[in-house]
Amino acid sequence: MSITVYVPCDSSAVSLGADRVAAAILLEAQKRNISINLIRNGSRGLYWLEPLVEVVTDAGRIAYGPVQVSDVSALFEADFLHGGAHTLALGAIEELDYLKKQQRLTFARIGKTDPISLDDYLANDGYRGLNNALKQSHADIVKAVTDSGLRGRGGAAFPTGIKWNTVLNTASEQKYIICNADEGDSGTFSDRMVMEGDPFVLVEGMTIAGLAVGANQGYIYLRVEYPHAHIALNAAIEKAYAAGYLGNDIQGSGKAFHLEVRLGAGAYICGEETSLMESLEGKRGLVRFKPPLPAISGLFGQPTVVNNVISLASVPIILDKGGDYYRDFGMGRSRGTLPLQLAGNIKQAGLVELAFGLTLRELIYDFGGGSATGRPIKAVQVGGPLGAYLPESQFDTPLDYEAFAANWTVLGHGGVVVFDDTADMAALARYNMEFCAIESCGKCTPCRIGSTRGTEVIDEIISGHEISKNIPLLRDLCNTLLNGSLCALGGMTPYPVLSALNHFPEDFGVTDTTNAT
Amino acid sequence: MTESTSIQETVQAVITTLKDKPGALLPILHGIQDALGYIPADSVPAIAQGLHLSRAEVHGVISFYHYFRDTPPGKQTVHICRAESCQAMGGKQLEQHVKDQLGIDYHETTADGQFSLEPVYCLGNCACSPAIQIGDDIYGKVSAQSFDAIINEKKELA
Repeated sequence: MSITVYVPCDSSAVSLGADRVAAAILLEAQKRNISINLIRNGSRGLYWLEPLVEVVTDAGRIAYGPVQVSDVSALFEADFLHGGAHTLALGAIEELDYLKKQQRLTFARIGKTDPISLDDYLANDGYRGLNNALKQSHADIVKAVTDSGLRGRGGAAFPTGIKWNTVLNTASEQKYIICNADEGDSGTFSDRMVMEGDPFVLVEGMTIAGLAVGANQGYIYLRVEYPHAHIALNAAIEKAYAAGYLGNDIQGSGKAFHLEVRLGAGAYICGEETSLMESLEGKRGLVRFKPPLPAISGLFGQPTVVNNVISLASVPIILDKGGDYYRDFGMGRSRGTLPLQLAGNIKQAGLVELAFGLTLRELIYDFGGGSATGRPIKAVQVGGPLGAYLPESQFDTPLDYEAFAANWTVLGHGGVVVFDDTADMAALARYNMEFCAIESCGKCTPCRIGSTRGTEVIDEIISGHEISKNIPLLRDLCNTLLNGSLCALGGMTPYPVLSALNHFPEDFGVTDTTNAT
Repeated sequence: MTESTSIQETVQAVITTLKDKPGALLPILHGIQDALGYIPADSVPAIAQGLHLSRAEVHGVISFYHYFRDTPPGKQTVHICRAESCQAMGGKQLEQHVKDQLGIDYHETTADGQFSLEPVYCLGNCACSPAIQIGDDIYGKVSAQSFDAIINEKKELA
């Protein structure tokens, strides 16, 4: 009987050589006349161990990593196909602390299965949520999601059930479900991992959303920077149509849902939901005024649900196991789990899905193992390019939407980027302001002009020119951006800029702290 | 058949295939750029006519999105991630090294037409920073040395 070997197809694993390792394993097996069944799985999210090869043995799946092409022959010599000892051997994958300590609900299948095998999906609890939803009324499906306490995982943390209820109760012949897959925040990759590693769960989640609110058309707005996700999603959608999980008569229910992937074109602002809808309509991605809410007048003027990938991918398990099951994880008003992404200067970068409530310090030291360079950690940016930098004194903040908000920080999409003590916080603040200038849609003045003037003011400060005059000017400008911008791009760029200035004034050349406030 | 008539035929074929989709403009622009590597300025009137838009509207959309380009790129485009996670792992030094090695700045193409250089704001490869992309291939944990090896390999393939 042939031995099953897993090598991830995840694009980060591929970026470290997984395709070459897979090819080398096949070639070596052929040379040795050994029959193997090589499966390309998603990534477990233990990226410092990628390419992570797993072998199915009597003792479960045994892991080896990080494997390079040059290790392959030695692995065969060590009989890794039967779990043989080797310096890269990690033991049973499920027993690794990093994985064992997690609470994987949304990521339950990722890394275990062949992402584009519908059989694998069905054999691992796939489509159980949809099967339940097909037997329920619109209102009951919405109620399950409301009861779960799920809040938008894209960053805004708006209760998903309330959004769905608004769309359900807005009468219209045509409604839409949009998945916001424009994951543009630096330090975030959980959406990408879901789309590459378990695309059916997103397809299922969107189908359930369609049934819940009475929408028969869905669009996944995917960023063009994710070609691997594009291929995986299209493959999953094609198989779902062929097996009657999408189309005009889902599993004989007479209910219809159609799904299509649309590509963005490198504009960060299109992750803002109204800009995204403009883009889907074929226009420049200019932010719309709200109201009207997209739930009432969204895509092509119709009631529209716009949810992030992780929000929608969390729906199947809620419909499968019930809203209560999901709600019982978490703390305060942050219910369920959040897939956190550890990135930047961190020893053990990867995906950590946990119930809300762990502290940032536990995350970056217990899971992350400290900085990659071994130097002290100076700052951690949480929540992408619009999130604040947290200094050491804030590392004990629990990962919870309200606890972060109380600190004038942002949990956002759960991206965590670590910087060691060589980081220049003034240069980073300048970068954040410049990023806003590059990515501004140009509709509102504070963001369009304020970001350019802001970059100039930070340049003045960095060059040491009239610091005592320019610091108050920068603060005043940030105040205008915060209060006067149309959307979160201009409205939240002050978070990284001011947090850098407040916590690290010395990097801005401010020696007299009275100038910093 | 001249080169320009073949370009126009390609453009027209993309428009005809996609124009009836709701919100067809971005799919059409992607289709043209996938086929030609860029969106030629003289394809704008045909797109405008196909979608009943003004030329200004089409031009406005092309110019809004960083990904769309109206000039032919080099044979391969090198994208360097400039975002925070890559900066935390020496992305700025890598950026300078790549510019020096290729002898070009962002939005430029090498004199031999081999490589274009573009910034990108996150490839979603943040757990393996710093990251670059060449064509469809993504590379993680890139150092100056590994970049040189990658680019030499790409030169040999070209």
